[in-house]
Amino acid sequence: MCGNEALAESAIIAGCDAYFGYPITPQNEVPAYMSRRMPEEGRVFVQSESELAAINMVFGASATGKRAMTSSSSPGISLMQEGISYLSGAELPAVVVNVMRGGPGLGNIAPSQADYFQATRGGGHGDYRTIVLGPSSVQELVDCMPLAFDLADQYRMTVMVLADGILGQMMEPVVLEKKKGRELPPKDWALTGAAGRKQNIVRSLWLPEGALEELNNKLLDKYKQVEKNEVLCEEYEVDDADIVVVAYGVAARIVRGAVSRAREEGIKAGWIRPITLWPFPTGQISRAADEFRIFLVVEMSNGQMVEDVRLAVTGKAPVLFYGRPGGGVPTVDEILDQIRQLTLRPKT
Amino acid sequence: MMKTVFKRTPTLKDCPTHYCPGCGHGIAHRLIAEIIDELDIRDRTIGIAPVGCAVLAYDYLDVDMVEVAHGRPPAVATGMKRTNPDKIIFSYQGDGDLASIGAAEILHAGHRGEQITVVFINNAVYGMTGGQMAPTTMLDQVTATTPKGRSAAEQGYPLQVSELLATLPGTIYIERCALSSVAQIRKTKKAIKHAFDLQLEGADGMSMVEVLSPCPTYWRMSPTKAMEWLENNMTKVFPLGRLKG
Repeated sequence: MCGNEALAESAIIAGCDAYFGYPITPQNEVPAYMSRRMPEEGRVFVQSESELAAINMVFGASATGKRAMTSSSSPGISLMQEGISYLSGAELPAVVVNVMRGGPGLGNIAPSQADYFQATRGGGHGDYRTIVLGPSSVQELVDCMPLAFDLADQYRMTVMVLADGILGQMMEPVVLEKKKGRELPPKDWALTGAAGRKQNIVRSLWLPEGALEELNNKLLDKYKQVEKNEVLCEEYEVDDADIVVVAYGVAARIVRGAVSRAREEGIKAGWIRPITLWPFPTGQISRAADEFRIFLVVEMSNGQMVEDVRLAVTGKAPVLFYGRPGGGVPTVDEILDQIRQLTLRPKT
Repeated sequence: MMKTVFKRTPTLKDCPTHYCPGCGHGIAHRLIAEIIDELDIRDRTIGIAPVGCAVLAYDYLDVDMVEVAHGRPPAVATGMKRTNPDKIIFSYQGDGDLASIGAAEILHAGHRGEQITVVFINNAVYGMTGGQMAPTTMLDQVTATTPKGRSAAEQGYPLQVSELLATLPGTIYIERCALSSVAQIRKTKKAIKHAFDLQLEGADGMSMVEVLSPCPTYWRMSPTKAMEWLENNMTKVFPLGRLKG
């Protein structure tokens, strides 16, 4: 199965009630798959007239307590930012998959990691956060989907799965199985018709003095809980490493190959792979920087996550960057060269 | 022996509104509340408030309600109705919300034949932001952004959304009404009730009632004068009656 189809099936297994989306490359297999499978399951598929409409359809379904998702790629995700801001203000759960492509503008349809800022900083207006998961294999993409729905429901937040064109198109064997989800709070806020109870209101407008500040602070408390409880990160041979390469998603797979080859050459290299991009594994990276070592950040962009790594390292160690923007994919050799140079190893 | 001849319908909350004197929203809210109570559907109805003067409609209508981004109610309604076919979903939208920024959403909800009820309040002006030109502003009408009056050459003609939507196979009922007199208000109630009835019956498509509504504040008229202007001028550009269904 390609990544796009696998994530779609995984969402169905995770109990996604409704999928809304608008075609855009390189994620078109998701709506195509959903258009066939969702009706088979007696669930909802709608091809919307735009990404604006798609995210607002998600908003509507979610406001009634249903599990809803959309998927798109970079330019489409830009259009959804309005809706994500409103979802965040209204504290509605939602799952958004971004199969990133090159930008800015129409860019290209090649794989990219250039939407890291947009995803982790909240590309819409206002003081809010979204949880961002950055899988690096089709299996992990599959595993992300039930987690994304659970996190969305638990914290009443938007969870973005940040994949890229390679992951979306790549074929890998996967295990698709229903796993036991988290214990989740009841959706007593949902709009279901006020039968035998008081009216429920889902809103993001708070005009009275202090009312919005109160909401923002409530959101902040929630975001602190997420930062405390939900960081996911993987690391490899960091303890004795002279150089630690930090990368996420597909770039991390290439880094893995480069680090293994560096070790074969006798270079003490390791890697750290953030899986949650927000909350960012600041603690793990900061601890790794307690002993002097070089940090190299590799991204398929001109440097976005590198800023979070620098914030985590807080000047304790040098943080260097190697990236390929605009659809360029770094090779193992390119990264290995960087590792050699930074550890003062001659080119072989 | 005392006899009750009039009482507040339960779905209309017992509170003062923020609307200006002579505004039509209060009347339209009451009609919707009465219809919900008469059809006994409060426990299965979900309303959608727009961005505009009616953004706080949930403060007055005692049903489950959501407030959404400007122009997006038909998309939100789609998400709600598709996942909850047993619920009665209505959107309440002004002319800026529905005819301008949300033109794509209403067109495509109608085009897809979403089984929702739309109440479209047309008062020919943006109220909440201070009286700017709406797509439905009349020619020569002076607004905050048409200080010399709307001209067809510069701003185009008033947009007739109901006529436009009536051409779509996905819409089943489109009627334009007015809040300009007791008789017209009664007709408006009948029309909105029919639009709700169609959804209750599971009729296959979208229904919309356009309600011409006075905005004395930004028409810069007394409430009485505004009613007259609505009846004498607005209905010439926006003729009343059933356009479809």
